[in-house]
Amino acid sequence: MNFTMLRKLFVFSIVMFAFGYALVPFYEKFCEVTGINNLLQPDILVQETQVDTSRWITVELDANTRGLPWEFKPLQSSVRIHPGEPVDVMYEITNNTDRVVNGQAIPSYSPRSLEKYLRKFECFCFTKQVLQPNEVRQMPVQFVIESSIPADVNTVTISYTFFELPDGKKAVNEK
Amino acid sequence: MAAVQDHGHGHGHDDHHPTGIMRWVTTTNHKDIGSMYLWFSLTMFFIGGTLAMGIRAELYQPGIQILEPELFNQFTTLHGLIMVFGAIMPAFVGLANWQVPMMIGAPDMAFARMNNWSFWLLPVAGSLLIVSFFVPGGAAAGGWTFYPPLSVQGGLGVDLMIFAIHILGASSIMGSINIITTILNMRAPGLTLMKMPMFVWTWLITAYLLVLVMPVLAGVVTMLLTDRHFGTSFFNAAGGGDPVLFQHIFWFFGHPEVYIMILPAFGIVSEIIPTFARKPLFGYSSMVYATASIAILSCFVWAHHMFTAGMPVTGQLFFMYATMLIAVPTAVKVFNWTATMWRGSMTFETPMLFSIGFIFLFVIGGFSGVICAIVPIDIQVQDTYYVIAHFHYVLVSGALFALFAAAYYWLPKWTGNMYSETLGKWHFWLSMFFFNATFFVQHFLGLAGMPRRIPDYALQFADFNKISSIGAFGFGLTQVLFLYIVISCIRSGEKAPEKPWDGATTLEWTHLPTPAPYHSFETPPVIK
Repeated sequence: MNFTMLRKLFVFSIVMFAFGYALVPFYEKFCEVTGINNLLQPDILVQETQVDTSRWITVELDANTRGLPWEFKPLQSSVRIHPGEPVDVMYEITNNTDRVVNGQAIPSYSPRSLEKYLRKFECFCFTKQVLQPNEVRQMPVQFVIESSIPADVNTVTISYTFFELPDGKKAVNEK
Repeated sequence: MAAVQDHGHGHGHDDHHPTGIMRWVTTTNHKDIGSMYLWFSLTMFFIGGTLAMGIRAELYQPGIQILEPELFNQFTTLHGLIMVFGAIMPAFVGLANWQVPMMIGAPDMAFARMNNWSFWLLPVAGSLLIVSFFVPGGAAAGGWTFYPPLSVQGGLGVDLMIFAIHILGASSIMGSINIITTILNMRAPGLTLMKMPMFVWTWLITAYLLVLVMPVLAGVVTMLLTDRHFGTSFFNAAGGGDPVLFQHIFWFFGHPEVYIMILPAFGIVSEIIPTFARKPLFGYSSMVYATASIAILSCFVWAHHMFTAGMPVTGQLFFMYATMLIAVPTAVKVFNWTATMWRGSMTFETPMLFSIGFIFLFVIGGFSGVICAIVPIDIQVQDTYYVIAHFHYVLVSGALFALFAAAYYWLPKWTGNMYSETLGKWHFWLSMFFFNATFFVQHFLGLAGMPRRIPDYALQFADFNKISSIGAFGFGLTQVLFLYIVISCIRSGEKAPEKPWDGATTLEWTHLPTPAPYHSFETPPVIK
């Protein structure tokens, strides 16, 4: 009788161990269904935002690479815009090696609250980029900063970091 | 005596067992194993306490005096890990080992050899944690919750910590399987579930929580390990993972864990209050249901540790209300204890003092918990000393005070000797005073914005920190008095009467001699 109990409880703890792992796809699915942490769908404008021509915001564009031999830069280091106005900027990556390299970019914003007001319609982030030896590629980013952004914000930074995707690893949007 | 003792055949007769160190290494006796658990946890308590003294010494005045920031971070991290996994949890398991078989009329634990193994894993894990201070890069320093990315970036110390947590998890799971099986299958005839002492009930529920969440902890540290060394990216944003995912999985373990550390304390207090009030426990069945409700609710509130990590408002509201709901069954318990004392013929021996101190201070910790559960306040106080004050009120004056109460209550049964009542009372009052001196002021520090886990602070926090540090040194020293009381009780305590507490009604007091014999209840008692 004791050993039946032991077996049941042991199996139960193995199941709970597996449950810990099952939480990983569960959270992914949960966020996808509820739209939380939605990284991959292009944004839509929630309301028709007015272009606030009375304000200027400087958007600084930043580019970094971590652990991959690419040159990565924005074609303009900053743009001055009005809140509510659609903006196009261009980034450029260059593969300086003579091998094929895969990478993907992860965005980050400053100030952190920018995320709430930034609507991106087109972006290269979270997508696998395959660069042939010495290939150069230009990639557009199209966005709007909503005019509801607090008045004390005059300068914001949009930053991308490219990481190498080793062979066999998937980019975020392929999962 | 030595002439007939054959060391190889220790299991032949009743009280024959190997002597010296081998007795302890090979023992399968629940009382021996219980004692080893208790001594182990007391040792770890002093080690974790020493780290706390280091932290408070550094915080005695602003600026960096004794601990470099890196070492300070290692101290806070290891203080938390050692106290939670090395001191509080093994102490409760030790009590369960001693008390559960005696309180349900069983001869021993269900799986006596597994019991031995569960214990002997602990010193291994404990040594790994301590050794990690001396490896290159030092011990883990990312806080006891080891959030990535820090825990993915740390050095060898983090690997040792992960390994230690695996071992501790295995030990806890085996221990709780043992406790569940013992309680469900080995009760004396007539001892139905609803007649079980509250301590046994709370441990049954705690053991279920342990098998529910310890494997999840094992899972999450395994993910951390594979992220560190085997190229996975569960928590690595660059590889498509998410560091916030770690927090969700960790706290799915972590919140039930805090109830794992408090439910047995509720059980202890529910034994001691009726004994010294000389009245049966008020609302026994509501106590059982309250314990079960707390355990179930505890599995649905984990994200209240992460209100600032980014969460939709609906999520925040759900976790806020669920958390506040836990106050209801907890209040049921507090009211029941109070009602048990009401018009009782109370006496105030040391166990009772610690139990009343427990109720008083635990309620303060409970209320500050409700305050932290309120999202807008939590966003203000998260990661400040307010949170530190809150969880030390529930873990030190909650779990630890209950452990002291239990030790004083059952020491006569375990050793056959009385502890010194005078020194016991000194221990209580000094602990009470210094505990509050240490932690009460931390509420003010937290509300004023002093962040936790930082070795230096702004000048306006200096006075309260000085008070807190002096309190901490006093509290630490007072615990040496506890060690002295225990040792002198064992060595030279006055002989205890058969039943030192005349209000005690559980089987170990009514059916067994004092001290409890090495083997008890070989034939089960019959409960009417």
